[in-house]
Amino acid sequence: MQHVIDRRVPAKPVPVIRISRLTKSYGHGDATVHALRGPSRPGTDEPAGVDLDIEQGDYVAVMGSSGSGKSTLMNILGCLDIPTSGRYLLDGTDVGHLDEQQLALVRNRKIGFVFQSFNLVPRTTALAQVELPLAYAGVRAAERRRRAMAALSLVGLGERAGHKPNQLSGGQQQRVAVARALVTAPAMLLADEPTGNLDSRSTEEVLGLIDGLNATGRTVVLITHEDEVAQHAKRVLRLVDGQIVSDVRQAPVDGPPPALRRTGVPA
Amino acid sequence: MILWQTLRFAVGGLAANKVRSALTMLGVLIGVASVILLLAVGNGSSQAVKDSITSLGTNSLTVSAGSAAGGSRATSSVKKLTVADAKALASDTDSSAIKSVAPVVTTSATALYGNISYSPGSVVGTYPAYFETSNQKVAHGDYFTADDVLGSRKVAVLGATTAKQLFDTEDPVGKKIVLGGTPFTVVGVLAAKGGSGFTDPDDVVIAPLPTVQNAFTGFGAVNQILVQASSADTTTAAQSEITRVLLGTHAITDPTKADFRITNQASLLTARESTTKTFTVLLGAVAAISLLVGGIGITNIMLVTVTERTREIGIRKALGAPRAVILGQFLTESTLLSVIGAGLGVAAGIVGSHFSIVGIKPVVIPESVLGAFGIAVAIGLFFGSYPANRAASLRPIDALRHE
Repeated sequence: MQHVIDRRVPAKPVPVIRISRLTKSYGHGDATVHALRGPSRPGTDEPAGVDLDIEQGDYVAVMGSSGSGKSTLMNILGCLDIPTSGRYLLDGTDVGHLDEQQLALVRNRKIGFVFQSFNLVPRTTALAQVELPLAYAGVRAAERRRRAMAALSLVGLGERAGHKPNQLSGGQQQRVAVARALVTAPAMLLADEPTGNLDSRSTEEVLGLIDGLNATGRTVVLITHEDEVAQHAKRVLRLVDGQIVSDVRQAPVDGPPPALRRTGVPA
Repeated sequence: MILWQTLRFAVGGLAANKVRSALTMLGVLIGVASVILLLAVGNGSSQAVKDSITSLGTNSLTVSAGSAAGGSRATSSVKKLTVADAKALASDTDSSAIKSVAPVVTTSATALYGNISYSPGSVVGTYPAYFETSNQKVAHGDYFTADDVLGSRKVAVLGATTAKQLFDTEDPVGKKIVLGGTPFTVVGVLAAKGGSGFTDPDDVVIAPLPTVQNAFTGFGAVNQILVQASSADTTTAAQSEITRVLLGTHAITDPTKADFRITNQASLLTARESTTKTFTVLLGAVAAISLLVGGIGITNIMLVTVTERTREIGIRKALGAPRAVILGQFLTESTLLSVIGAGLGVAAGIVGSHFSIVGIKPVVIPESVLGAFGIAVAIGLFFGSYPANRAASLRPIDALRHE
């Protein structure tokens, strides 16, 4: 495996994610905490902000200890949180200029979320969970059902469409969450420690699903603090105190993710 | 999003906390039911008053002996009312306000029929005009006539209760009863008027005046003179006419020293009716307050629900739920609470109004049903909008981080 620090300007003209001079801080005055700061401006203590491009089809793992700013980055990438300063272009659109309504639309159409704590809607069947983003997108009931069933079958839970979250194991719940994230065919899958609450077998299942999604061309940004999980990514970013301290490419953007290549499963 | 979907989410949300939802609905239910029921009770009592106005005869005036202003009784000797007074009123031809005059004596006696003995509430001796003036209608048989009065015939008309007590299912007309030792032939039975107080107006025996005077009271004073005005509008004119005539016959010059009283049933009852209206408004106000409390209950429970489901709201927002959908979902939930609560309240109110409450038969006002339902639903919308708005304006990241 090749470890190369990728300092090249991205070859593709429009990256799916382009953030420039992005900062996020909490509090005011002396009590200000910079969750995302990037390098300091020369000669001052002022944060210059984080710059990052992620290309279409890439599989990026963001690593860092707790408090390193990786969750903040993920929330901003997912349009759940608003940066203090800087620009964020998602698919070429400046997200900072969008209003609440348009942000909801972006979250619905362009981003699929997978959370550490699954975040399924309580008391709702797996099928209804997966239908939810489609319902918000205004898809008709029959079409919605068809697509949701297809997504559930893809994650191997076609049999359990009628189960509610409390009737599913952790791994199954996370697979429902993956199905829900992919059902709208978003440009990007954001996974915040998707395996943090799972046993090793479920971890393999869920990562296998994510690898498969990336192999079909979907951009994946995955947050983790486990090296084994980061091994699945094509590119690994390390964050320390709100700065990207290393950026390692493990596999080319084009082509299957490393795990699939290793096991020889065709993309 | 489709309405149906929103409704399903709302039902699901309510079903998740059945006891809580049921208690909140109970609040609205009690509010709506009490509005409907209390207004129905108020309406029922004023309806009862209205009925007794018509049953007493709206045009009737009662003249009774005694001072109008109680204080001056000592200075002038009270002259009793006599048949002569009644005749003077009846023969007063220059008045068009007075339609008919009936002197009334009232006594009590025990009636016997076969081996059944019964004491009717009152035995009334009067003229045939009494029936029309006091709005007494014969259900079976006939009234006694002016001839019966002139001939002092021993005939009687029975009230419905008296007839039932003495004859049960038998036909009383043509039968002879013994009243205080005097035999009377029953010529008619009055239609039941129904009681509106402590005395039963149907527990009565009515006979010609001279017959009763002869048998019981003697030919002295009469208890009352019942005067019928020609219409409801002329009661005031009739009243002043009576005053003028009786002051003349009693030889009194100062009207303030009159030794008789004229009571106008209609005006008395109108006053009572306005009292019951005030009563109805008060009841309505109390009920409206309980409806308001029910509405606050909705706000309270919806705030709890929103807080409890903050995380779920965050998830939905992360999945791309627009603000309007979240708003709609919680508004639907609160409105559903109020609609179901109000619906059950309407049912409870209508069922409850079939029972008589403290002796009053409630009469449901249709407007109150629609009004209470409408207000309850509006309250659900209004009081639900604050929590729903709070849910909708949560920032997704804050909602997701909520524990």
